[in-house]
Amino acid sequence: MKIASKSLTAEKLVRDALEKAKHYADYNIFTFLDEEGAIARAKEIDTKIKKGEKVGRLAGVPYALKDNFLSPRGETTASAHILQGFTSPITATAVTKLEAEGAIMIGRTNMDAFAHGSSTENSYFGPTLNSHDKERVSGGSSGGSAVSVALDIVEFATGTDTGGSIRQPASFNGIYGLKPTYGCISRYGVVAMASSTDCIGFFTKNPDDMDLLMSIASGQDPKDMTTLPDYYNEESEQKAHYRIGIIKDFDNESVNSEIRTALETKCDLLKSKGHEIVELKMPSLKYALAAYYIIVPAEIASNLSRYDGVRYGFRSKNSEDLDALYNNTRSEGFMPENKRRIMIGNFVLSSGFYDAYFLKAAKARSLIIKEYENAFKKCDFILTPVAPNPAFKLGEKINDPVAMYLEDVMSVPLNLAGVPGLTIPAGETKSGLPLGLQLIGPRRSDKALIKFSKELI
Amino acid sequence: MDIKREDILHLADLSKFALSDKEADSLGKDLDNIIKYISQLDELDTDNIKPTYQVFEMENIWRDDEILEQDAKREDLLALTKEAKNNQIKVPKVL
Repeated sequence: MKIASKSLTAEKLVRDALEKAKHYADYNIFTFLDEEGAIARAKEIDTKIKKGEKVGRLAGVPYALKDNFLSPRGETTASAHILQGFTSPITATAVTKLEAEGAIMIGRTNMDAFAHGSSTENSYFGPTLNSHDKERVSGGSSGGSAVSVALDIVEFATGTDTGGSIRQPASFNGIYGLKPTYGCISRYGVVAMASSTDCIGFFTKNPDDMDLLMSIASGQDPKDMTTLPDYYNEESEQKAHYRIGIIKDFDNESVNSEIRTALETKCDLLKSKGHEIVELKMPSLKYALAAYYIIVPAEIASNLSRYDGVRYGFRSKNSEDLDALYNNTRSEGFMPENKRRIMIGNFVLSSGFYDAYFLKAAKARSLIIKEYENAFKKCDFILTPVAPNPAFKLGEKINDPVAMYLEDVMSVPLNLAGVPGLTIPAGETKSGLPLGLQLIGPRRSDKALIKFSKELI
Repeated sequence: MDIKREDILHLADLSKFALSDKEADSLGKDLDNIIKYISQLDELDTDNIKPTYQVFEMENIWRDDEILEQDAKREDLLALTKEAKNNQIKVPKVL
């Protein structure tokens, strides 16, 4: 990525990014642009460079922030009506780390409200359009972030991935997107969706940029008790040849033929470089989506109970008593998909249904974890499609929640198991839509995964 | 299972939603489809399998019960609410 120096000022980098953001306004990428603030911070960095002072590894690099990261710059709304008017007094740890290295946030990006969705159509601000075809979805939930990088507005963007929200939009827009190992990057100051699967990650144009961002953002944070002690920056042993697993069980899912061809092409490429392809059987994976849509809504119902209109954000007017205030605020403030997930969550947690749904799903999760552990005894990494189809048309699935959920069938198993996955670009369809594949590794293999992805270029 | 109107209203109550009739109809249909989909887990044999709630099997770690410095000050937090008085947030009557 381009970093500010004496010959290339941070102000120029930031002004160019802002200009491009405005040029592509019709894609509905940003919920907020911080022109004044970004230029002021760029000038501070340029002054330091002029004086010969030390600047960070991301000096003057413009980036886009998904709208669910807390920062006092602009309202943090998670693209939801219920958070309108909320300007955060605190800053997410990930943002603090990036900005300490000189990165400059130019704006906040559009997303499915509370990250509930796979198309960014569930945003209170309307959908973000696909970078390659304006009639198609950008993917989701981090659609705005993906398109901001794909259209080359910014060098990188942040995302969150609870069930594919980084990997799928990266795939739909032809860029790199990483969901790290669970607990690798602090979630302090990020709007919670499902605490046992939520991960922070990035969108970049190449593996080296991803590696740089990971080396900066990863590590233990006393403010997030689920963060792991830093492992990312430890050097891992490099092998000359790797074994790559492909999952046979996915053949029966209705995967688009051009995606299957892209997978075969990449397998041939790996074989030509001396790597071995291993076939895996992972029969529990087909139940991952059902388990996911039990566990995650249960955690959503719990995490989203805090939005009551009392302490921050939107509050419904004219409520007679406190109970009406809660009911009116939540009814007016949440999108239909938020409501579906909260209600499903309360259903699977209800007495009488808890054992049949929530407990059953938690057991299925153990089986899925075991299958990954066994798979990684037979191979170093797994290569699969990210989603069964390339970007679909706007409006195509929005009225059919189950059809929308099925888009996540190949991305959610990783979140249940806590393993990392990296979307890599894999060409385009005949009609010019980007194709992507995901490279999956065992827990804590993030760095090796990013390094190995270069073999697929 | 077929989800009934009264189930939808009960779930709406647990979720603190005031639903219009139209909304209750449409959510009822969606929830019914979703529950049918997730019920396929019945096919999976999970006998003698322990559940997983957290992938790294972390346990609660207790710290001393002392007040730590917080990122946000009381005034910052009170400024976020619609109405505050005497360091308290004002809401409509409770009862």
